[in-house]
Order: sequence, then C-alpha cells, then structure tokens
Amino acid sequence: MFQFIFRRLSLVIPTFIGITLLTFTLIHMIPGDPIEVMAGEHGVSAERHAELAAQLGLDQPLYVQYFDYVNGILHGDLGNSLVTHEPVMKEFLTLFPATVELSICAAIFAILIGLPAGIFAAVKRGTIFDHSVMTFSLTGYSMPIFWWALLLMLVFSVTLGWTPVSGRIDVVYWIDNTTGFMLIDSWLSGEKGAFSSAVSHLILPSIVLGTIPMAVIARMTRSSMLEVLNEDYIRTARAKGIAPWRVIVIHALRNALIPVITVIGLQVGTLLSGAILTETVFAWPGIGKWLIESISRRDYPVVQGGILIVATIIIIVNLLVDIAYGVVNPRIRHSR
Amino acid sequence: MKKGLAALPLAIIATGALMATSAQAVSTLVYCSEGSPEGFNPELYYSGTTFDASSKQMFNRLMEFKLGTTEVEPGLAKSVDVSDDGLVYTFHLRKGVKFQTSKDFTPTRDFDADDVLFTFNRQRLESNPYHKVGGGSYGYFDDMGMDKLIKNIVKVDDYTVKFVLNHPEAPFIANLAMDFASIFSKQQADQYMKAGTPEKLDQDPVGTGPFQKVQYQKDSVIRYVAFKDYWRGKAKVDRLVFSITPDASVRYAKLKAGECDVMPYPNPADLKQMKADPNINLLDQEGLNVGYLAFNVKKKPFGDVKVRQALSYATDKQAIIDSVFQGAGKVAKNPIPPTMWSYNTSIKDYQYDPAKAKKLLAEAGYPDGFTTTIWAMPVQRPYNPNARRMAEIIQEDWAKVGVKASIVTYEWGEYLKRAKAGEADSLLIGWTGDNGDPDNFLYTLLSCDAVGGGNYSEWCNKDFDDLLIKAKRTSDIDKRIKYYKEAQVIFHEQAPFMPIANSVVYVPVRKNVKGFKIDPLGGFYFYNVSKED
Repeated sequence: MFQFIFRRLSLVIPTFIGITLLTFTLIHMIPGDPIEVMAGEHGVSAERHAELAAQLGLDQPLYVQYFDYVNGILHGDLGNSLVTHEPVMKEFLTLFPATVELSICAAIFAILIGLPAGIFAAVKRGTIFDHSVMTFSLTGYSMPIFWWALLLMLVFSVTLGWTPVSGRIDVVYWIDNTTGFMLIDSWLSGEKGAFSSAVSHLILPSIVLGTIPMAVIARMTRSSMLEVLNEDYIRTARAKGIAPWRVIVIHALRNALIPVITVIGLQVGTLLSGAILTETVFAWPGIGKWLIESISRRDYPVVQGGILIVATIIIIVNLLVDIAYGVVNPRIRHSR
Repeated sequence: MKKGLAALPLAIIATGALMATSAQAVSTLVYCSEGSPEGFNPELYYSGTTFDASSKQMFNRLMEFKLGTTEVEPGLAKSVDVSDDGLVYTFHLRKGVKFQTSKDFTPTRDFDADDVLFTFNRQRLESNPYHKVGGGSYGYFDDMGMDKLIKNIVKVDDYTVKFVLNHPEAPFIANLAMDFASIFSKQQADQYMKAGTPEKLDQDPVGTGPFQKVQYQKDSVIRYVAFKDYWRGKAKVDRLVFSITPDASVRYAKLKAGECDVMPYPNPADLKQMKADPNINLLDQEGLNVGYLAFNVKKKPFGDVKVRQALSYATDKQAIIDSVFQGAGKVAKNPIPPTMWSYNTSIKDYQYDPAKAKKLLAEAGYPDGFTTTIWAMPVQRPYNPNARRMAEIIQEDWAKVGVKASIVTYEWGEYLKRAKAGEADSLLIGWTGDNGDPDNFLYTLLSCDAVGGGNYSEWCNKDFDDLLIKAKRTSDIDKRIKYYKEAQVIFHEQAPFMPIANSVVYVPVRKNVKGFKIDPLGGFYFYNVSKED
C-alpha cells in the first residue's frame, strides 16, 4: 500500500514542474506589458518604464525570472502582486473561502439532484422520465454558464424578486470576516436574518455552478446503474423476492456508485474552473474573478501563483481519489 | 478567533459613529462600484476606481473641485495668495479640521501644516522616509510635472504653508485639487513608521473627508460610516457601502432590484430601458473627454497637412455618433470638450464632403488614394465605447475616396507601447480630463514635450507650442483664454488629429436618491447624497 502511495506521489513532482513551466511560459507569451496597462492613456516615459521594470524585476531575462519564481515557490513565497503589492498567498487566502463555500454548495446541489435523477432514469429506462432527464442533462452540460446565470438572474431576481441579484449577503448586515465562510460568519454574528440572507445569496450561484456537474453525475449514474441492473446477481436478488427498492438501493446502487464517486472527484476541476465565470457574473469575491482580472492586467505573479495553487488542489484531490480507489479496490493497487 | 477579535474595535468604531443617529433609522447608501480599488492611497495609483474608494470619500485636498463643476475652490486651505511673479503660492490653512480614527490610530491633534508637508514631501523627496514605501513610484504626481515644478515647500507657521515653484505654472492650483494631492495624517504615518509597519498607511489611512472606511473585503464590499466630526458637517447618509459588481448588466439588475442606489458605467444598449423605468432616474452630463483619430505625422503620407485635412473631410462623424455611441455622444471639432473654458466656438468643423476630400488628396499627389492602417483600441472607454466598430465606419468612408485602410489591433498594453513607439499610421485613442484645465488636454496631447508620450500624432508645431507655454506662464485668465483659442485655430488648420466625439456620461440612480451630481471629471462623490424613504 505504501509503495502504491509513494509511486503516486513521485508522479506529482514532474507534474508540478510542468505546471510552473507552462503557466510561466504562457502568461509571458501573451503580448502585453503590465506597466503600460497600469499607466493607461497617460503613458509612462521610457526612463520611468525602465525604473519600474527594474523595481518589479521585469528587466531580467526570462530564464532568470523563471528561476527566481521557482526559487520563491521552494521557499514558500509566491511573490507579490504587481498591482496591489500584496503577497499573492495572502490575497489567495482571503478570497479562497468564498470559492470553497460556493463550490461545496454547488457540489451538494449537483449530487442531490444528479444522483436521484440518474437512478430513476435508469430504473424507468425508456420512459418519458428517462428521456427528459437525459435531454435536460445534455442541455445542462452544454449550457453557456454566463448566459445561464444572467437568465436565472433576470427571471428569479429581477422579475420574480425571489432571490438577491448578486453578492454574498445583504448590505444591511455588517459581518466580520472571521472564517471567510459567509454561512459560518453570519451564523456566528448572531444578527437576526443574516444567516438566511447568506443562504439566499448562495442559491442562484450554486445552481449555475452546479449545473454542469449535475448533468455529468446524472448521466454517469444512469449508465452505471443500467450496467449493474443487468448483472446476474441483481436477477438473483429479484428472484429471491427481495423488495424492488431494496434491490435498487442496497444491491445495485452500492456497486454502481464506484465510478460515480470518481466522476464526482473529477468535477472538482470543473467546479474551480466554472467558478471563474460564475463568480464574475454574481460578483462573488473568489479566486476565479481574481485570476481573470490579473490576466487582463498582466499581473504575472498572481496568475502564476494562483494557477499553481488551483492546480495543486486539483492534483491533491485526484491523488486522494486515486488512493481511496486503491484502498477500496485491490486490483488497482496491485496492477501497477 | 484571533481575526474576530481584531475586528472587534472596528465594530466599536462603527457603532460609535452611529450612536449620534441612533434616534432615527440608519440610512445606508449602496453604490455598485465596477471593481476593487488597487489600494487606498491615491498617491500611488491612477485608476478612477481607486480614487472613488479613497480620495473622493475619505480625504480632502488643499483645493477642491466644486461639486458638479471643474471650478476650483478652497478645501483644507481657507485661502491662497499668489505672488506677482507667479512663483510663490501661500496657503492659509483651515483650523479645527479633525482626522478620522481607525482601529489602531487615534489622532491627538487637528490637521495642520505638518500634514501638508508630509503629503507632498513623501512624493517629491527621496530623502523622505516614506518615499520608498509602497513601491516609491508616484506616477500621477510626476506626470503632472509636480516633481519638476515644486522647488520648495516651507512651513511658515502651523497654519501657513508656502509652495515655491521653479517657474510660473497657471494649472498648479487645479493640480492641487487632484486625487494625488489628498492630505494624509503625518501623525498616523509617524506612528506606523515607529511601529515598523509603514506600509499600513497605504492600506488603512485616515483622512479628513466625509466618510471613514470601516471594512474592505477584496472583490466584494467596502463599508464606510459617515465621519461625525467632518468639518463641513456630517454626510447626509449614515453608512456608505460599495458593493463591487464588475459586470454592467448585473449592476443594472441590482439597481432594478433595489440592491443598489447608484451605479456607474451603464451599457449604452440599456439606456433606453433605464429612461423608461419609473424607479430609476437617468442622470446625464457631457463628459470632459474627447475621442479622436491621431494621424502619425512622422509617417507618410500623414506628414502632408492636405492629406490630414482630406481624411477629416472624408469621415462622416455623425454616422459614428449614431452607430457607436447610440446617441450618447456629440460630434467633436476641437481638441478640448465644449464644456471646458476657452473652447473656441467660432471654429468651423470639417463637414463630411467626399468630393472635397478627393480634391485635396489629388492636390497632395494622391489622386487614386493610398493604402494605410487604422489602429483600433481593444478596450472600452467613455470616449470610445467600441473602437472596432468606429474603425470600420472610418474604413468604409475612406474607401469612398480611394484610401484603402486595414484595421489593426493589439492587446491594450501592447497597443499603447507600440503607439508610443510611433508604429501606427493612424490610431484611435482619447483622453479624459484630470483637472479641468485646458492645459491638461492641449499640453498633454499636442505639445512637443509630449511626443513619445501622450502626443500620439508626434506633431510638434512651434507656434502652437509657444502659445501653450505662454498660457502656462500666466495666471491672467483672459490672456490664457486668448492663447488657447488661438492654439485651437492652429490645431484646426493643421489637423494633427481628427476629434471625433465628446461622450455623454450617464449615471442611473434610484428615484429616492437625492442630491447626487455627476462629476465632470468622472469621480463619484456621496457627501451630499441623501435617500428618501
């Protein structure tokens, strides 16, 4: 087992080097100059440009900048933002809880809807219900997030007034940033109505962000269930006269869930990347919006550092899924 | 838990500041701002977003712009005397002006001359201990030429400060009303320096302004409370919230749903609907800006004035206004906007006339036209909401007189860099005024000094330049008006760039918001704003 984990971990190192190299090269390959962007129409003189470039370390040859960057990472320093001068790690940590909160709620939404829908579609295979689930999930999967978000916002927030338009909590509540998780902070604040306001602000963004994972989970659950339902042991169980719901939930679902769990794990990447658009539309103060802005400002340290952290999280989650899988299924553990 | 405790004093300040109004309900004004400020020190940054969040609400300056105008009036200075040679400005400071309190700084004295000296010396003197803090780059101060202009600043007594200049400079007074001249507390700076945390001054400064910052969450919200000891009297609302909302459609949705009271930068396409909405007041004002097409006179054939005039005749500006601005703009004929003093109304614009354009081109030796490029900016600006579309219209117009232009565009930083290096044949660009002085347009965009900087036409004309310098050196307003009007005549004849549009700025507010005025310089002030229930 330890050997298996060790093998997995050793693969992580080249992946990391690849990520740093890739993000660094890509962001530097896009034309654009952070100093010019900062100055805008005002422009900066050639001499001040040189002065600022020296100050920000942008005058060094690219390979030196790269090694400085990697050296920084090894010492736990991701550098400072070129725009705000704040450490990248600090900015990340203040924004990350918002993304996590949104992603968790989106994942809960995706699982709560996607899983039962997939199960029922499989059980009622070929019926209207099955067809509608499949149509809806295909639509959900292909939905442009930006458009979907604005549509929901117009219907539910502007026209019907059921949910707030954007933000994390109503402006009348002045909640201290204790944990960074608005649900927890608003609960801790004890202010009347604060918690429910935080919940209502989470509804639309969670639905928008959870739509694609929900569609994927529903489709995966359905096909996995169909496969299992055709197995001999299910027929045997039915022949023994076990109640139909028991056959489905106890016998079929448990086995069908294994690939579904893998898919759910893989959706972490989808959630984090989907968060970029969702956060922009809903003015959600997470890392997605932060990264997008820093790309347009050519804020190199933020782009590099931010992507590295996000990639790390995805790698860790995948690693954990792999390991968990190995624990559950000995065949995987021993096959390599 | 540690963080929670640290936030406690904040809450106490907030509650304390609200005590005064406890008898009635707390009124909160919500402004859906377009982005996060880069920081809270307006000396260090250029962006309007930062100014709206810092200087406009939290600070005062020696001189200030009268709300809704570009007129300069005394702020923290009660009055100012200018010496006859225009070299010495003596400011008499206001007494009894209080600084705000923050979670770790409580002022023990009122505003005085030391604060003025600290504010300016930090930006101009490398020997100042704060000069290098926060990057040590004071772009705006330097850009306005203040570093070269100010020879010395002398404290005469606690309430009198003398600025000695290297040469007379009429726009100096207007420069002091700009955001970078916001007055900081020297006492707070000293305290942080002593504690070894000088950078805190740029994140959590206190000012003398109408609102004090209580909390900032990046990309989410900035909260202010009205400063009860504000020297002009407490603001009309008790709390001010900036709800950061980058997308214009979402801002509009929030405004409709009542989640914000004021929003900046609406989409031009939404204006019609906003006008019709019974819950929204759509305020408008002519912006202090100009969008134009610069001809690079260093490149053939734009060095020939006839070609520049011909292309000015060949462009149907009204069609651009109708299509690109959808009515939210007006045809521009001068390099300065019509709301600015010294605007020369007697100039007759190049009317759209392809036949005349063709004739001029033939005279210049291009009877069959030529091929060239038009550069289109990749970003939206108030003076140009859609440069690509604008370039396409110009391209079509020029084709009618035989000039075949292709459209070129680059990422914004790259665009500016290449344009300044003189790579463009002609390019779309523009300007929004900083201080309401014509010098800020004419000198920045057209002087010989600005070649390689803001003068994208690379045009340097001695007669024109002499007039600008003369206007800079006198504070006699009538003389300045005369010089600038003459300069505009030369500009018109020479046509180094083709002014296209002055845009109209729109600010939608909820119907119950009273007292909001659009700032021609593009800022958002909330001191005079109140909310009716």
